[in-house]
Amino acid sequence: MTATKLTSAAILAALAACNTSSAQRAPDPVERGRYLVTAAGCNDCHTPMIMGPDGPMQDPNHVLAGHPASRVVPPPPAPEGPWIVSVSDTFTAWSGPWGVSFTANLTPDEETGLGTWDSATFIATIRNGRHMGKGRKLLPPMPVEMIATYTDEDLAAIFAYLQSLPPVKNRVPEPIPPAAPLAAAPAS
Amino acid sequence: MKPRFTALALATFAVACTDAGGPSSVTAPAAAPPEHLRDTGLDADGVLPFSPQYPLWTDGATKRRWIWLPPGTSIDASDPDAWVFPAGTKLWKEFAFDRPVETRLAERLPDGTWRYAAYVWDADGTDAVLAPRGARVELAALGAGRRHDVPAAGDCLLCHDTRRTPVLGFSTLQLSPDRDPGAPHAEPPPPGAVDLASLAASGRLVNLPAALLATPPRIAARTPTERAALGYLHGNCGACHDATGELAELAMNLRHDAIATTVGKASRAPLPHDPAAPRVRIAAGDPDASVLLGRMGSRAPAHQMPPLGTLVVDDDALALVTRWIAELEPQPDRRRP
Repeated sequence: MTATKLTSAAILAALAACNTSSAQRAPDPVERGRYLVTAAGCNDCHTPMIMGPDGPMQDPNHVLAGHPASRVVPPPPAPEGPWIVSVSDTFTAWSGPWGVSFTANLTPDEETGLGTWDSATFIATIRNGRHMGKGRKLLPPMPVEMIATYTDEDLAAIFAYLQSLPPVKNRVPEPIPPAAPLAAAPAS
Repeated sequence: MKPRFTALALATFAVACTDAGGPSSVTAPAAAPPEHLRDTGLDADGVLPFSPQYPLWTDGATKRRWIWLPPGTSIDASDPDAWVFPAGTKLWKEFAFDRPVETRLAERLPDGTWRYAAYVWDADGTDAVLAPRGARVELAALGAGRRHDVPAAGDCLLCHDTRRTPVLGFSTLQLSPDRDPGAPHAEPPPPGAVDLASLAASGRLVNLPAALLATPPRIAARTPTERAALGYLHGNCGACHDATGELAELAMNLRHDAIATTVGKASRAPLPHDPAAPRVRIAAGDPDASVLLGRMGSRAPAHQMPPLGTLVVDDDALALVTRWIAELEPQPDRRRP
């Protein structure tokens, strides 16, 4: 084999490897989004749990539909000692120093979910950590700083997957402000 | 050379195969703004003061504003709602609570992008230093716990990165010579302040439709209260709540000429802990049923509007908008979702 043939073979091999790798890393955006949503644990809070004999299980009829509007929660228990966070039995209502937050309906229902959003709005929401990119801050326990490390391509894939879900009509309530304004963090 | 060429080719393909890594919106930063406000050109010849007639509320801060356009350039007002500013344009806004605390700078760079910076004044007002990560300024003289939050560089985009124009207070309506005497907190134009007429006469504003010079723009309203209320909502809410930006999906347009479309509309954001809470965005004739007033009157971080840039409710504006809503003729068939 001459040097020229060797070079050509090496380049072709590299090209083939590149193509294979790209194909593996750039699947259908919906599938890519499904993978990212599943691996990142989005369902843990955005899909309501139902309690079964083996503990909490995801409600298959409300996948990523957020806190069920029908599940009206009473005021949370008062914090005591180091226990400052409470969680509802659905894992979709969270109480803490920030007030009470309810996980969002991520399905494409046009009235109560993300049905009228576009990909740019979704990406801006994550990038800025604010509702619709400009509104109130996203509240705990949303791990927005972690999700914000995704590339725009990843976030667009997540949005594509969310838009592929069956729309669920579920109007999630607004967060409830804390009874008293948050105290400033003590100087360290 | 062949083996070396082979290695180079493989390295090239390896790079081509590599993912970008990290958020793709992260790009090489533009050149940093000057470290000191005094080096931004605020004292240069040709810096012009101005005063919008419907200013943004910032917890009672008094403000001064200036614009500078490169010599020989002009603003294109072909679209009266989206002026196009020449590269090199600079706008400054100073915030003062008894003393200057902050001056912001927006600058259009040669590549057409905008760069934003905030400068924090020292206590004796002798120097203002760049604060790219924002700052918290205690305002003890105004009372216990009062403070002013200086935005981090990225926060500027939350308001200024619109799909219409990034310049919010220097526009056809805001610079109309037919100023609204009822506008809350409007500062009288300082000596030498520019408006539509003077800008057009000097050639710094071109292509503005002649009708807007012949008859300066004025909000169409039935009463002085309505004119001032619509202007306040336009200036404080309409930059984000319009029909073109990221919030367009809310279908809640608070620009002065579209607010009527929000009257009687059901809120999408009910409060779960209060079944008696308002359910209509603007309920004509019924302030207590209007979600808009609840948002304006709140400073709970997850509830307040605007969502940033203010820590104190604008009581004067709240009273004005309340009066306006009370004036509106009830529309019973549109009061409930």
